Order: sequence, then structure tokens, then C-alpha cells
Amino acid sequence: MSKKFFAVFIVLTVILCPFIYGCSEGEEEIEFFVTEDTASIDYSKYEGVTLNVYNWGEYISDGSDGSVDINAEFTKLTGIKINYTNFTSNEDMYNKIVNGGVSYDIIIPSDYMIEKLIKEELVLELNFDNIPNYKYIAPEYKNLFFDPQNAYSVPYSVGMVGLIYNIAVVTEELDSWSALWDPKYDGEILMFNNPRDAFGIAQFLLKEEGNDINSLSEQDWINAKNKLSEQKPLVKAYVMDEIFNKMESGAAALAPYYAGDYFSMYENNPDLAFVYPKEGTNIFVDSVCIPASTKNKEAAELYINYLMDPNVALQNAYMICYASPNTAVVENEEYLEYLDELHPEAYDILYMDMSEYYSGIDVRGYYFRDLPDETLNTMNSLWNSLKIESTEESSTDFVYYFCAVVITFLLVMFIVNKIKKYKREHV
Amino acid sequence: MKIGSKLYMALVFLLLYSPIVVLIVFSFNSSNSMAVFEGFSLKWYKELFNNDAAISALLNSLILAFSSAIISTILGTVAAVGIHKMRSKYVKSVVTNVTNIPMMNPDIVTGISMMLLFALCGTLIGFGILGFWTLLIAHITFNIPYVILSVMPKLKQMDPRLPEAAMDLGCTPLQAFFKVEFHEILPGIFSGLLMAFTLSLDDFVISYFCAGNTFQTLPIFIYSQTKKRVTPDMNALCAIIFITILVLLLVRNFATDRQLGKNSRRKARN
Amino acid sequence: MKKNNTLAQRLLAAPHILWSVLFIVAPLAIVVFYAFTDSSFGFSFSNFSKLFNDGTVEVFTLSLAFAFCATCICLVVAYPLAYFISRTSRKTQNTLVMLSMLPMWMNFLLRTYALSFLLEDTGFLNNILASVGIDGVSLINTPGAVIFGMVYNFLPYMILPIHSVISKIDKNVIEAAEDLGCNRLRVIFRVIMPLSLPGIVSGITMVFVPSVSTFYISQQLGPTDFVLIGDVIETYFKSSAASSYHLGSAISLVLMVLIFICMAVMNHFSDDESTGGIIV
Repeated sequence: MSKKFFAVFIVLTVILCPFIYGCSEGEEEIEFFVTEDTASIDYSKYEGVTLNVYNWGEYISDGSDGSVDINAEFTKLTGIKINYTNFTSNEDMYNKIVNGGVSYDIIIPSDYMIEKLIKEELVLELNFDNIPNYKYIAPEYKNLFFDPQNAYSVPYSVGMVGLIYNIAVVTEELDSWSALWDPKYDGEILMFNNPRDAFGIAQFLLKEEGNDINSLSEQDWINAKNKLSEQKPLVKAYVMDEIFNKMESGAAALAPYYAGDYFSMYENNPDLAFVYPKEGTNIFVDSVCIPASTKNKEAAELYINYLMDPNVALQNAYMICYASPNTAVVENEEYLEYLDELHPEAYDILYMDMSEYYSGIDVRGYYFRDLPDETLNTMNSLWNSLKIESTEESSTDFVYYFCAVVITFLLVMFIVNKIKKYKREHV
Repeated sequence: MKIGSKLYMALVFLLLYSPIVVLIVFSFNSSNSMAVFEGFSLKWYKELFNNDAAISALLNSLILAFSSAIISTILGTVAAVGIHKMRSKYVKSVVTNVTNIPMMNPDIVTGISMMLLFALCGTLIGFGILGFWTLLIAHITFNIPYVILSVMPKLKQMDPRLPEAAMDLGCTPLQAFFKVEFHEILPGIFSGLLMAFTLSLDDFVISYFCAGNTFQTLPIFIYSQTKKRVTPDMNALCAIIFITILVLLLVRNFATDRQLGKNSRRKARN
Repeated sequence: MKKNNTLAQRLLAAPHILWSVLFIVAPLAIVVFYAFTDSSFGFSFSNFSKLFNDGTVEVFTLSLAFAFCATCICLVVAYPLAYFISRTSRKTQNTLVMLSMLPMWMNFLLRTYALSFLLEDTGFLNNILASVGIDGVSLINTPGAVIFGMVYNFLPYMILPIHSVISKIDKNVIEAAEDLGCNRLRVIFRVIMPLSLPGIVSGITMVFVPSVSTFYISQQLGPTDFVLIGDVIETYFKSSAASSYHLGSAISLVLMVLIFICMAVMNHFSDDESTGGIIV
């Protein structure tokens, strides 16, 4: 019986496949070439090697939506196979590397995580002879705090957090995080559902009082938490990816999120506007590193070099829609046109010169730094207690009443039954 | 009464299926929004079939679910019979309690604890062992209690004198098991298998912690996309799985129907 | 003969016992070890003392109450369904049981995602309500939505075991009861229900446990001031701080003990032989 079941399953799959493939026909293959320099490297001795690449989800041009499949092209070029998997947060990746006993050859974490990885000697120094395309990296992304000697990492993608709002609801022009605390917009506000980003916004607002996103003082974190508690009654939901639907459908009107993702919301809802609040905002740099567990360091370096190739970086910039640290991309005419079509101010938003925008401020303080365990634990436990605090609106009392009623009922039933049984046996 | 019960069933099934209908409808959306339906298109199906990662994740999930369901059903059924026949009440309760731990335990704890175990083994033997085999072990482990849970009630409902009678009539214990008990508990085994397959296919948390870098299942793949958003080609994938299973179900029913017909005819002839 | 028999039968459970020791007891021992140590692996109770100081206790009661609620609703919804299904022809029964399991074969994350879309303020249900004249009801981000999400996600796990037991009840017993003058309702309450108790107990377990520890549902559908214990555990296991695993393990351990107590209480009240041994 189950054999038949299985057979039918296979037959069906086989029948369905060509049908679907049928509708994908007629699309032309995109011609894709890397630059001469990258193509001329001798890859022959790495033939058959497999690289394990660990990256954020949807953080590479992967062939979807008519784009170029970067990893497949790499295999075509070099004969090196790519085994590509995703993580959802820096912490996830870190835990997997430290506890998972899994070996990766390439990882792409963010700044503060790289700082931690270097500190704990979990990533290797790179041999830049194998990465000639490093020359395309813009100088402002070199010598950053997490890797001051540029020894361990190569910048891959850059982004900033901004305030997105719906002009159909918010009629004034916003320029401050304090809009997220404005009672006028009660029930229209979304907030980050991860402690670091959410606390960050509160800490920018409390800058005047000496608070800082990388503060080590417990009191600062408590103050930030109190600030968030103030905001909580106004917040519709703490979200991450759900933000897309809520903002596009108009279910919410204000939210902080990453600049690059704003464009994809804008595509579906042209009423959305974007601003970098005047108090400052988080900047992040995601860079490519080679973890210490690698088995093919040279091949991994060639892969990094490939990622930095102007044509490859261009395809990734199209797909990811964050800012690219690659000068060749930023100077590319087609790319600029593409940005123009995306949104009239796309270039300014993505490539905003932060030190000019926040004139007179050292924007290096806008990066998250690696925090000591003590502070991280404080943050997590404050975050949990923030979430637990009840606001009047959504009372959960009825659940308790319900439980009480049901339990009483069950108890009564039980006792009645016992009495009946007793009577029956003793009559 | 008849109409009432039908109406009730229809309502519950409506509840169960409405979100899936939404998924399927929006798999035909021409834009990538889950909020606004902008027009009919097969774009996301096309996309899905160009998405090698998704397809291989689906295949991985199916392979894992099939193998873990079958292995855990065999192990679980045998164990259930063994536990059922245990004489000592004390041993029996210890074994059942231990068996039920993965079921009582939150997924995340099971997942983490297994990951810690595998990592420990990895450091002991010197290289990481996370991958298909660790996933398989984890899935079998959390499937077994559900199989036992489905088989056990059937064993209890069965008249204990039946296998004894069979043995009195000359069956060896093994024959008695296959001719009598196995037959009696078969529905339980089948529902255990179904349950194991379902749980394994749907599991995300445990897989997430026990998967290595080489073997990615569908839930892990989908979850890893959520930093940005779940793309509608996942809806398309769901739609295809759903329709395939639905068709399968109908075919299976048709087959059972014919078989039942055959059986009854045979009976009539006898 | 008899002796051989028991030996062979004991051996039947042996592979399973070995498996349990290796992959259930050993990992659990590691969790317990983590719960009672600090980040430098020295013995300490600090994880537990921390746990009782930052409101985690409240989260525990909330999680248990919600799971209890969801389980009750599941039982009330699933029992009649399982009963009705068992009264149809065998062929239809198979189809209906499969149909009730089918939604589980869609991905859990996607299902909840789709549900959140249905309940959204600008979503399908609200549009229907608005067209009937009920306006401005917020369905999503309410405690009710969380319970709805739990019921929706775990309902099939209640239907299957109950149905599997009901369908196995000897029809003669029911006929006998009817012959002795029971009406339909009395048959249901006096005969079928007590006989289907093992299925009910299995169902309750299978719904209650995942409901207590879920984290994705509460994040997607819940209100802002809402964390279940699963969320708390998740935050700790997702943090990169070295001691967070120890804290998370401690909470997990407490949760596990609580669930065991709940199950023990349930089994005690559900009485008698029919369930003994299945759980706890």
C-alpha cells in the first residue's frame, strides 16, 4: 500500500515538474562575466574543493527574480563547489561556530560580532595576496574599529537604520526618533523585536543624558529600558520581518528599519517616506571573514576575491539593495540609473555621508560594539521584563478567569464522582 | 443531527484550511506582497523552480521525514510491545517516563540538549559531526514517544487472551505477534507513522540546532529567510505540496475503495 | 516456554532503552549540569536565584494559563469532530483523518505567517467584519489571537489520538448500552467518553506541551506586553553571552519539572487503569 503511495507521489512530482518548467521557459539566460583580473587567476588546483559558506538569509544574488546566481557562476568559473547556508542573527552564527562543532570556510557577520570573533581568535588573518580585488573597497570602510589593521575582514555590505513612516497618516515631516514616542500615533507604531536595536533607539534619544549604545553602565541600560516602557503602550507590535506586510498594507504607520529594506516596502506602498533621525542612528558593516575551522583557506580567499569583483559586487548590490562598500559599484552608471528608478532619493539614502549629515559628531560611536557578558545579560533580562510589563489595553485576566472556572468545574466533577462511587460501594 | 454534524465538520475544516487557502491564493500574486493582491501570475512558481536551494531543502526534508518516520515507527512499535509486556510495574513506569521526556520537553530544550551532546562528541573525536546523521538521530528521538503513544492504547484495548489463544493453538510467540497482535495494533502503527512523518516534516526548532552546514531542511531554509521576508515562492512551494498531497489522498482513497471492493467480493465468494 | 517468552519480550524494549539512555538521558544530564553551573562551570545556584528575581515567575503562570486555555478549547472542538468522523464510513474516515492532518504538512512558520495575515487589521477577517458593520475590531496582537493561533496549530494533534481510540471502541458495547435504555447523549457521556479517555489524555499532552513552550506564535500574533516562557528561553539561547546558556538551561529545567507536575496531576485525576503508564 505505502509502496503504491510512494510511487504515485513520484509520478506526480514528475508530471508536475515539466508543467512548471514549461512556464519558466522563454526567459533568456543572462550573460555574466567577471572582470579580466578575476578570471585570469589559476583556479585549477582547487578543482573539486567544496566551500561551506554561512551568510544571512537573502544576502546574495542567488538567481531568483531573474538575477545572476553568483555561487553557480563561481563554480562554473573555478570548479569549486559552494555549499551555501543561512543564519538569522549574529548570535545564532556565533553559537553555531562555538558550540556546533561545524566547520565553515566563509562567514559574513556584522561589525561587533567580528570584534568578538577576533578577540576570541575564532577567525583567521587573511592573506591579501589572494585578494587583489580588495583595492576596490572604499577607504571609509577600511580600518574600522573591529578590525583596525584590516587583517581579518573584507567589507561586504553596509547599512543604516532609519525611520520609515506613512505620509497618509503622518502629515508632518519627521526628523526625530521621538516620533515613535508621540501619543498622537498611538497604535500605529512598530518597534524592533530584538533587544540591541530597540535599546539602541532609546539610547540615541537619551544621548543628552550621556547614554550611549555601547554603554557599560547598568544604569544607562535601565534608563533606556524605562524609556522603552514609556513607549510600550503606544506600540502596536514588536516586529522583525512582519514589518513588511504591516507597513505595506497600512496596518501601521511608523517603524524603524534598515534603509535598504525600505525600498522594497516603497515598491508596494509609495506612501512610505524615510528619514535618518537627527539624534543619530545605528550603522552596520557586514564583512567577510574566514573562521578558524576552515579546511581550505586559500580557496576561501579566492572566493572573497570573487565577491569583491566589481561585476559580482554589482549583482549583489542589485539584489541586496544595501549600500556597497565597493567603489567600482558606486561609480557604475547602470547601477546609479537602477537606484534612480528604485526611488528618487535612493542614492542619497543608501550612500549618505554620515559624518557630514551628523556634522561634528564622530559617527564611529554609531556602530554597535561587542559588549561584555555582564552587559549582555543585563540587556536580555531588561528586555524580557520590558516585554512582560502589562499595559492596560491587552489584559490577560480573562485567561486566568477561564482557567479558574474550568479547574473548579473539573474539581467539582471529580469530587461528585468520588462521592457517588463511595455511596455505590457502601450502600 | 446528521446535518448538524456535517456542518460542524465543515466549520472546523474551514478553520483549518483558511490560512492555507490564503497562502495558495497569494502564491499567484504578481507582486511580492502578502497584503495586496495585484494580479494573477505564475511568476513565483517559475522562481521556485529556479531556486535550487529551496528545492534541495524540500528534498532533504522529505528524505529526513521518510527515514526518521520509518525507523522510529519500527523502534517505537517494538518498544511499545516490549513495554506493554513488562511485568515489573516499577521498571515499566521508569521506562515510559523516560520515553515521554522528549514529548514533555519543550522543543527548544530538546534541540539544545542534543546539540550540546553532539558538540561534546564532536570535541571528543576531534571533528564536527553535525549533519544528516545527527538530524536523523534527533528526529527519531522525538518521534518515538509519539509512535509509542499511538500504539500503546491499541495494545491496551486488545484482549490479552488473543495472543495466548493463538499460542495455545500452536503459534510460536513470533507468529502470534504477527498474526494476532500486529494485526490488532496496525491502525495504531499507521497513525504513529503518520504522526512521526508529520512531526518530522514540520519540525523546525530541533532541526535548527542539530543541523550542520551540509544539510538544510525546508523549515530551516524558510526561517533563515525571515531576516528580510518570506518570499512568495515559499507560498508556491506550499501550494504544490498541498495539491500533491491532496491528489495523493484522493488516489489512495480510490485505491482503498477498490481493494475493499475486492476483499468483500472475496468474502462473498467464500 | 513461559520463561523464554518473557526474556524475548524483555529484549524487545532493549534497543529502545539503549536509545533513550544515549539520546534522552545523556543530553538531559548536560542540561541539568548547565543549570547548576555558572559560566566558568563551577557549581552554583545563581541561575535559579536570578530566575526568581526578574519576573520570570509571572511568565511561567501566564504560559501555563494560556496553554491550559488552548488545550481546553482544542479538546472541546476536537472531541465532537473526532466523534463525528468515527461515525462515518471507513473510507470517509480515512480521508477525513488525513484531511485533518494535512495542514500540518505545510510549514509551521508559513502557517502562522498566513494566519497573522488573516487576522491583520487590514486583513481578510476584518474586511468581512467591516462589511457586516462591525468596525475597528483589532484581532491581531491580542491575547485571544495567541490562543487562536495555538488552537489552530495544535488542533490536529488532539483530533488524531481521540479518533484513533473512538474508532476502535467495540460497537457491541454501544449497542448494549442502547439496549439497556441509554439515549444517544447518555451513550456518549457514559460509555464512549470513559472508553476514549486514553485518547483524550494523549491529545491533551500533545497540545498542552507545545503550547506551553511555543515562541513563534506569541511573537507573530501576540500583543506587545506578551512573552511566553518559550520566548524567554529562546532569548537566552540566542544570546552570545557565555552564561546565557546556563540561565536558559535553568529555566528549561524548571519548565520541564512544571510540565511533569501538570501531567502527573492530570493523570491522577483522570483516574484508574485505563491511562496508567501512558504518561507519568
